[in-house]
Amino acid sequence: MLRKTLIAVAIVVGAATPLLAANDVNPQADAKAFKEYFTKRFPKVPLKDFVNGPYSMDEGLRKQWEAIDQFPPYDFAVDKGKQMFATPFKNGKTFADCFPNKGIGIRQNYPYFDTKSGQVISLEYAVNQCLKDNGEKPFDYTKDDMAAVTAYMAFTSRGKPFDIKIPNDPRALAAYQRGKEYFYTRRGQLNFSCASCHVQSPGHRIRTEVLAPAYGITAALPIYRSAWNGMGTTTRRFRTCNSQVRGMPLPGGDEDYRDVEYFLSYVSNGLPISGPGTRP
Amino acid sequence: MHTRVLVRLAVLLSLGGFATAASAASADDYKSASAKAEAVIKQAHALKNEWSTTVAAMKAAKKAADAGKFDEAVKHAQEAEALAHASIAQAQEQAKIWRDAEVR
Ligand code: HEC
Repeated sequence: MLRKTLIAVAIVVGAATPLLAANDVNPQADAKAFKEYFTKRFPKVPLKDFVNGPYSMDEGLRKQWEAIDQFPPYDFAVDKGKQMFATPFKNGKTFADCFPNKGIGIRQNYPYFDTKSGQVISLEYAVNQCLKDNGEKPFDYTKDDMAAVTAYMAFTSRGKPFDIKIPNDPRALAAYQRGKEYFYTRRGQLNFSCASCHVQSPGHRIRTEVLAPAYGITAALPIYRSAWNGMGTTTRRFRTCNSQVRGMPLPGGDEDYRDVEYFLSYVSNGLPISGPGTRP
Repeated sequence: MHTRVLVRLAVLLSLGGFATAASAASADDYKSASAKAEAVIKQAHALKNEWSTTVAAMKAAKKAADAGKFDEAVKHAQEAEALAHASIAQAQEQAKIWRDAEVR
């Protein structure tokens, strides 16, 4: 009996080993490689400037930005978010009751892997979870209420370095790896991956826009964009990036979006939160 | 690369395909072309790799059919089917080769 089991195990292990070797998951090595790639390619960009997306890549844009940022157009969203935080739900609870440290200064820890539910929880997902748990209607993932609450949370976390953890749980590693695969997978009729634009071409222009580098790319979210004439959430940004390549965007809160944000934020560990951002 | 060629071929075939059949298409022709496309689109959806151009082609097909222009409707449905096939091929190919692009 035991012998038969042992043989079976040996066969399974024998068959699986080469596969594992080809697909080994090593987030630490990924993060190191990411940092090296971007700092070598853009030696003049100070490390902490990568989180400013297109502005880190283009001197002209940066000047415009510095002028705009005197009166930041995301201020109204931060104020609104602050007010929403102070306004109790129908049951008397508030957003503060759903988060560690009452939701203040914690943006850098999102997304995190929740070992209880076995999935990645992005900040936007957590906000909607909070609403649902308290009998409130969840926000549209792409609209102003979501942008306001997350803008306020980002604002109170500015300068804090990303501190994304991958717990010792095979499901967490698997989620990380799925996010990584999503990032490198070409899709849409134009056959682009996230990496095609944000790894291969940061600093290049697409129509009027300068592409942000993937390193630190989630740090400025949510963002005010003149082109949107308003705020955009993480989900809105991801959906727009899917549509640009003629792919169908995913619904808000989709696991793929949460996983890719987990991957991108993990490989940006150490870079400071810069959100909410302003973009042309 | 491979995928792009596939897409171009697929679209060309679908555009050329119907033009050679001179006879006018019927509502039933549209229905069967659209059902065929739907089946493939369902697979693309399951792979989470639908293209917006596929969706647009299906919309155009329905619009043409609603206006009684069945030749055009069939043509668009076939185009949607070809695009959906290409998006499936893309997803299958990418599942194998995405690591080639990885930053190491
Ligand atoms: C066709 C090129 C293209 C592809 C592919 C693409 N994006 Fe983008 N992305 C853009 C453009 C253009 C912008 C706006 C300018 C900028 O900030 O880079 C942008 C902005 C962003 C931003 C905001 C950065 C900032 O600091 O403002 C994030 C985050 C982002 N993209 C993530 C993604 C993800 C995740 C994917 C893959 C699902 C992706 N992008 C695929 C073109 C692309």
